[in-house]
Amino acid sequence: MAHVSDLIAEDIDLYLKTHENKSLLRFITCGSVDDGKSTLIGRMLYESKMLFEDQLAQLEVDSKKIGTQAGDLDFALLVDGLAAEREQGITIDVAYRFFSTDKRKFIVADTPGHEQYTRNMVTGASTADVAIILIDARKGVLTQTRRHSYLVSLIGIQHVVLAINKLDMVGYSEEVYNQIDMDYRSFAKEIELNNIITIPMSALKGDNITSLSDNTPWYRGETLMGYLENVQVEDVNVESGVFRMPVQWVNRPNLDFRGYSGMIARGSVKPGDLIRVLPSGRESRVTRIVTNDGDLTQAISGQSITLTLADEIDISRGDILAATEILPGVADQFEATIVWMVDESMLPGRPYLMKIGTKTVTANVSVLKYKVNVNTLEHVAGTKLELNEIGICNLSTDQLIAFDPYKEDHDIGGFILIDRLTNNTVGAGMLHFALRRSQNIHWQAININKQAHAVIKGQKPFILWFTGLSGSGKSTIANLVEKKLYSLGKHTYLLDGDNIRHGLNKDLGFTDADRVENIRRIAEVAKLMVDAGQIVVVSFISPFQSERRMARELVEQGEFFEVFIDTPIHVAEERDPKGLYKKMRRGELKNFTGIDSPYEAPENPDIHINTTKLSPEQAVDQIVNYLTHIGALN
Amino acid sequence: MLTHIQRLEAESIHIMREVVAECEHPVMLYSIGKDSAVMLHLAVKAFYPSKLPFPLLHVDTTWKFREMIEFRDVMAKKLGFDLIVHINPEGVKKGINPFTHGSAIHTDIWKTEGLKQALDKHGFDVAFGGARRDEEKSRAKERIFSIRSAQHRWDPKLQRPELWHLYNARKNPGESIRVFPLSNWTELDIWQYIHLNNIPIVPLYFAKERPVVERDGTLIMVDDERLPMREGESPMMKKVRFRTLGCYPLTGAIESEASSLVDIIQEMLLARTSERQGRLIDHDSSGSMEKKKQEGYF
Repeated sequence: MAHVSDLIAEDIDLYLKTHENKSLLRFITCGSVDDGKSTLIGRMLYESKMLFEDQLAQLEVDSKKIGTQAGDLDFALLVDGLAAEREQGITIDVAYRFFSTDKRKFIVADTPGHEQYTRNMVTGASTADVAIILIDARKGVLTQTRRHSYLVSLIGIQHVVLAINKLDMVGYSEEVYNQIDMDYRSFAKEIELNNIITIPMSALKGDNITSLSDNTPWYRGETLMGYLENVQVEDVNVESGVFRMPVQWVNRPNLDFRGYSGMIARGSVKPGDLIRVLPSGRESRVTRIVTNDGDLTQAISGQSITLTLADEIDISRGDILAATEILPGVADQFEATIVWMVDESMLPGRPYLMKIGTKTVTANVSVLKYKVNVNTLEHVAGTKLELNEIGICNLSTDQLIAFDPYKEDHDIGGFILIDRLTNNTVGAGMLHFALRRSQNIHWQAININKQAHAVIKGQKPFILWFTGLSGSGKSTIANLVEKKLYSLGKHTYLLDGDNIRHGLNKDLGFTDADRVENIRRIAEVAKLMVDAGQIVVVSFISPFQSERRMARELVEQGEFFEVFIDTPIHVAEERDPKGLYKKMRRGELKNFTGIDSPYEAPENPDIHINTTKLSPEQAVDQIVNYLTHIGALN
Repeated sequence: MLTHIQRLEAESIHIMREVVAECEHPVMLYSIGKDSAVMLHLAVKAFYPSKLPFPLLHVDTTWKFREMIEFRDVMAKKLGFDLIVHINPEGVKKGINPFTHGSAIHTDIWKTEGLKQALDKHGFDVAFGGARRDEEKSRAKERIFSIRSAQHRWDPKLQRPELWHLYNARKNPGESIRVFPLSNWTELDIWQYIHLNNIPIVPLYFAKERPVVERDGTLIMVDDERLPMREGESPMMKKVRFRTLGCYPLTGAIESEASSLVDIIQEMLLARTSERQGRLIDHDSSGSMEKKKQEGYF
């Protein structure tokens, strides 16, 4: 691939020796559709002599056929990947490009400049050391520039190149350059971007990319390539910082060896070091750092290692090994920034899986404090997060986790959220700090427990959860079931949707977010009643699978039975016992389940009642028979 | 401070451990080439002193170079890994070959279909592959964890964002994941790593006198008697080597004097054509790799 170095031909061994010691720099290019991003990346690939003749030949052919440079080489064509987007002339996702010079290997994250921008840019930026922000010299600092810069600052990239591009279009004017530089710096200060270098350039013409251009004699700074080759990105604090390693895998080939494998997030470690395991708090000393080329005397941040400890203590995947001088925090409630990445909105109260370091826990947003408008940086109130929105939230996890604030450590302060039904990655987040209340609220140990409550009542407590459309017959059947259970001598309580909304939940409306909170509270109340030994009959529309699943997971196995009252919507509308459908048809009700608000029918209910075939009394028999059959009523 | 090679190594090991920690039935695809050699070396390193916690799978086409198969079996014995060889029985029955059926059908039946069969047969939910993002334009945006539907199809819309070192290995029943631990390696990185670690590779990468015929500007090695000679053709001995390895009738040789690893690297650095030039399947049509990927090709 024709690296420029003459060493290749003259002394290949020496060349290889130097190249073994190259460092790696990852950067991201940010810009809008017409700022010349693809052209810049294509130009860098071209200038670093990373192109082969067949690729150059293809480029020439493509430039003539579909190029935008009147038959001249169109460097953008080198990086526009998928066939579909090549036709549209835009890139769709995050793509990674590679080139190297004699000093460094580079990985470029290339992200598109249109609607999906926030999601893609945050993804690309998460692994970058440097951000190049492109500005079209004719347009100056735009809304998009602010947005890109805010995201760069949010993700915590320390080094920014402000590339004032297309300077050839404004006659290489120093005045234009100075004005944009000044505008940008005053804005950058507000968002705490400090290490900024500004370079005047034309990616198209190649000015100040690899050599200083005669067209800008007034510029005496570094070229883009020069800067990228030399910038020091290794944060001293990270390299000499205190040791942190999330345990990824427990290595147990036989009874005599127990190693802990993982990538060092921060600091360094050597045999003899004292470490603490979090969240358990046990301590031990490192005995060996094991590799198949012999033991290491030291390992540093960024290495994937396996180490052994002096003591046999219980350690599993997800724990963090930490130096004892400064310990990570341990908490289950946090303030965090969350970036939402899918079409389906983030609803506070809804449980998601949270993967942080090597640990996966269940988490939900307890409060969405505010959203940030990425264009104006204004704080906006909101009840949910939509695709590409950013929110500052309180987050609560179902168990204690060890963490450092994202600002100090990206590896154990950054997390992703995963939808529990689709398994998709739906959001990304950064922990700020632990909420103080999580450290101060402890479980009160109680002597009279669930079992004791149940024994004195002579029954097994459980929840019978009715779900179905409005007017499906839930309340009627639930009421009859309770009567039947009462007549069998059971201690029961019926939680009815309408009744609860008059009291406990009277502050909630019918938006998706409020529906989630509605169910969360009811599930928690039902759980307390199960603790009290009660049989709880819950009758709520409860339209979402996620929340019904959450309710199920709050109690133990065998304590939750889902009853699907299956009534087609046209039948429910004919019955219309409360006149709600009529109201809705008159336009007086919004967010009506089954009409303009979704109902997710259970896929595997424990009991399925088809009300078009069964009378309410027959339905009750089916339910009570089921409960008797599985032994819930013994 | 770590060098770029050390960082790539650590990242690949991290990826492999993540799969083993989170997934039920991983398998490593072993194509016997240089990328597979590096991937295997990294895997041994990742799990030492444990044995490889997954088997290796070679999807054979019956048209591989004989030296590749020999090398594969020697390595399996030497490293003691669990090797599964799958040959698509339909391909055997129909006698699929590149000459009568063309390279597209040949690749589809033996490789794409063969791979799907093997994954389904053994119930593997994750397969490691040695693909790199620098190989081809459409690979540049491939994820490290690439989700495939129950039909093994790659849907750009199904792909998940990958942030920091966090990979989402969860999947729905029937779905599977292709994982590419070498995503961020370039061809040069691969060779450098082989050089630094003395990793054994198939001798076909080194120049040697071999019987070849010249066809449409490409040198094809006469590896066995199944290669039909065209009118006026007869094998000639030339000093050649291969930059990529695959089915011998579809893999172009280059004339070369490079008989050591350092020679190979030097030749590659001075080369004027890209690696995939020697792979005939890419030339079918523009965007062809992308189409293959959607159909389930690795």
